[in-house]
Amino acid sequence: MSAHADTHEAHAEHHHKETFMTKYIFSMDHKMIAKQYLITGTLMGIIGVIMSLMFRIQIAWPEEPNVIFEALLGKWAPGGVMDADIYLALVTIHGTIMVFFVLTAGLSGTFSNLLIPLQIGARDMASGFLNMVSYWLFFISSVIMLISLFVEAGPAAAGWTIYPPLSALPMAQGGSGMGMTLWLISMAIFIASSLLGSLNYIVTVINMRTKGMSMTRLPLTIWAFFVTAIIGVVSFPVLLSAALLLIMDRSFGTSFFLSDIFIQGEVLHYQGGSPVLFEHLFWFLGHPEVYIVILPAMGIVSEIMAANSRKPIFGYRAMIASILAIAFLSTIVWGHHMFVSGMNPFLGSVFTFTTLLIAIPSAVKAFNWITTIWKGNIQMNPAMVFSIGFVSTFITGGLTGIILGDSALDINVHDTYFVIAHFHLVMGISAIYGMFAGIYHWYPKMFGRMMNKNLGYIHFWITAISAYGVFFPMHFIGMAGLPRRYYTNSTFPLFDDLANTNVIITVFALIGGAAQLIYLYNFFTSMFYGKRAVKNPWKSTTLEWTTEVKHIHGNWKGDIPHVYRWPYDYSKPGHDVDFVPQNVPLKEGEEELQH
Amino acid sequence: MTALLTILVLVCIAIAIWQLVKIFDLAQVGKSNDQIATDKDNAINGYLMMGFLAFIYIITIWSVVELGDLPLLSNAASEHGAQIDNLMVISLAVIFIVQIITQFLLHYFAYKYKGEKGKTALFYADNNTLEFIWTVIPVVVLSGLIIYGLFTWNTIMNVSEDDDPIVVELYAQQFSWKARYGGADNTLGKANVRLIDIDRANILGVDESDPNAQDDVIVSEVHLPVGRPVLFKIRSQDVLHSAYMPHFRAQMNCVPGMVTQFGFTPTITTAEMRQTPDMIDKVAKINKIRAEKSEELIAKGEQPLERYEFDYLILCNKICGKSHYNMQMNIIVETQEEFDAWMKEQKTFKNSLIN
Ligand code: HEM
Ligand SMILES: [Cu+2]
Ligand SMILES: [Cu+2]
Repeated sequence: MSAHADTHEAHAEHHHKETFMTKYIFSMDHKMIAKQYLITGTLMGIIGVIMSLMFRIQIAWPEEPNVIFEALLGKWAPGGVMDADIYLALVTIHGTIMVFFVLTAGLSGTFSNLLIPLQIGARDMASGFLNMVSYWLFFISSVIMLISLFVEAGPAAAGWTIYPPLSALPMAQGGSGMGMTLWLISMAIFIASSLLGSLNYIVTVINMRTKGMSMTRLPLTIWAFFVTAIIGVVSFPVLLSAALLLIMDRSFGTSFFLSDIFIQGEVLHYQGGSPVLFEHLFWFLGHPEVYIVILPAMGIVSEIMAANSRKPIFGYRAMIASILAIAFLSTIVWGHHMFVSGMNPFLGSVFTFTTLLIAIPSAVKAFNWITTIWKGNIQMNPAMVFSIGFVSTFITGGLTGIILGDSALDINVHDTYFVIAHFHLVMGISAIYGMFAGIYHWYPKMFGRMMNKNLGYIHFWITAISAYGVFFPMHFIGMAGLPRRYYTNSTFPLFDDLANTNVIITVFALIGGAAQLIYLYNFFTSMFYGKRAVKNPWKSTTLEWTTEVKHIHGNWKGDIPHVYRWPYDYSKPGHDVDFVPQNVPLKEGEEELQH
Repeated sequence: MTALLTILVLVCIAIAIWQLVKIFDLAQVGKSNDQIATDKDNAINGYLMMGFLAFIYIITIWSVVELGDLPLLSNAASEHGAQIDNLMVISLAVIFIVQIITQFLLHYFAYKYKGEKGKTALFYADNNTLEFIWTVIPVVVLSGLIIYGLFTWNTIMNVSEDDDPIVVELYAQQFSWKARYGGADNTLGKANVRLIDIDRANILGVDESDPNAQDDVIVSEVHLPVGRPVLFKIRSQDVLHSAYMPHFRAQMNCVPGMVTQFGFTPTITTAEMRQTPDMIDKVAKINKIRAEKSEELIAKGEQPLERYEFDYLILCNKICGKSHYNMQMNIIVETQEEFDAWMKEQKTFKNSLIN
């Protein structure tokens, strides 16, 4: 271990003369790679949000001409009226970008890379080279996904779940031609990127912790990133195989997912395959994926809540146990997406059971967060208000999971706006809040400057109100039976009385979208004009705040600090200050609390 | 026009935000500005937390009052529908209670314990009893819901042939529905899309040589006798669709290459449903909206909208392509006599073929 550290130090010495290329582009430094992930994720996020605003406008004012559509969609909006195919494409790419590019790569990629070495006391990731490759694969897959927006017959439009046969047959939908091919290629590369990244995180956490950093002294962020990486390694390959089999069906005439199809006047040769098989493979990743998205956010929020409440996280061991329980259970609940897929109803019963089980560790986490702020001395930094917001939306969204996870109830709300409301709150908005919280909190570590807090508050409060304004009423229009992925509801007079609500939702969405401009302004200008950061602005205990503000390769100038205590010694009696960093040895007679 | 409005709204919002920033900044003058929360920030945001709690409660109440009395949540038109609704109401009640309490604790604590200089937080890292309690409470509540849920699920999904259900095939294709009845023998003839022969009008691929198929009846509107169990056998010819019948609390995907099924017993005829007070209200409300819309349309020189009259529907609820949003078929629930009379008028499969 120490020999390893030495070579790294020597390594650090040699790297003083870096070129622009090696420093900013093909960097192997984990801190730079983290920033690359963040910037790329942000750009993808902007595109994803703009798409959602466009299709929300279409839902609120169906089939009305709009100059924005005309300008942005071109031939897909003849006379400014959005085409039905492009509506589905927008929904599909929005979902894909948000789930994979923003909240998997953007969130996990940024913070795992930034924090794993810094918080465990390592000079860099286990393999800087693989780390660089992982980022560039992600970059390439992003570019391919964006290129797919411009193909002749349109981008993939079968929903982010790309169920065949719709996604397999170009004659079923324009987007299932070249657009879907590019989607699949992009995702295959994305998965490769994600696997390289995850393996790197796992190895780094296992092998490269500094002296004294036992697993039970790891910050919860690291626990979350570590377990997330494991889930990724277990489940992403299954999606890759599903994608490969789908490519075979599409291009080489195999019949893994297709059978007995008559379309546009002809019978296709496929026989013996089953779309239900694809659904199993997809959701075997798809459900763990939502935990891949949410666990890092949970880790970030735990860390920020403790630091800003000036209190230890409540139930540290229970938090770790629940992360592990969630990770395990998340791999055996995928069938709750398939209650009405035609699979055996008995399987449905099993999945109902496992799904409601997963509510238990989730509930424990929520209670522990609430207890963490109880009797705290809460510092309402922007990161903290976003963390509180996270707990709020996580609870609101999580509770409706009790309905969706119950097979009998899912019959009637499956694939309606109820589902949209549920997963946006519990996973979309919550994870985005976690990401914002992390950015506001670690911005000084990433860029050496502070973000403007007032802009941060305004950003939070407008976003918080809009998020509820958008997604809360969606539960109700969902319970009224309104299906998702409908280009317009005007062909069903039955839903006419929901039209006003849809307008309200869209107005909130536009306000919320606009609020993100405040954030972008703050983010980009603070890089250059922000107040210079001090070494440990939030008075935190974890190791990243013992490094210099200015980034150096290898992280610590001298020796790597050793660790003597757990990461949550906030307001510990017997100390003069309200935080004791992990690298401060125990005082004479001080007990390391038995947490 | 909407575009202009949208832009206008956006501009107004931008100006409002700009003003807000200025106000916040003004409040800061003279203070040390290191971008770390001060006591004043803690206080302001603490109050805002309470305000936000109020906002959550208000939007909940508004949603329940304005959007919550949808007939779709209370008057199920099938036997098992009442059970689902019951379970739904219980689950919703549990959820609302937990939501109200936890959101209160979260936001109230955020307000109550907002930071002040010189205050110290309580060093409180663990309490096994507490954690035990809030593991057990969810376990108990969820066990109750699981048991009730599974019981309901099993009664719904176990369709017994003993109840002598009328067998109806639902047939999905991009972007329409067909239905097939077994005829006098209540037995569907074999079918496969490979047997489709458009020229002979054999559009569902029914096996012409199967004796059971001869008296089958193919229609594009489902009729069901009230009070008699129906068993839908569901097929798709091209991509996935989903047969969603919200009024009956019924849904099942249509999977090419496979026959799926869903059974239920309709309990209220279409005519009766139209006369329920809830439905009369809803229809009146919708027609008022449509009338207003029609006026606008007429002013623009376009066709007015038709008046809405209630009918049970089957909607497609699995993304299936361009016109997914408009794939519907009416379901008419009627008395046995009306049903028999309707059935008599339909052509049998044998007679519908073009030779
Ligand atoms: C600006 C904020 C957002 C708005 C207004 C918004 C709105 C919507 C709406 C209305 C739909 C459903 C469209 C339909 O089914 O017809 C949708 C789909 C979706 N959204 Fe969002 N969304 C937002 C942010 C996010 C975020 C942060 C995520 C991250 C998880 C996300 C992930 C998804 C996914 C996975 C789908 C499903 C796509 C599909 O049906 O294939 N969205 N969004
Ligand atoms: Cu799931
Ligand atoms: Cu369909």
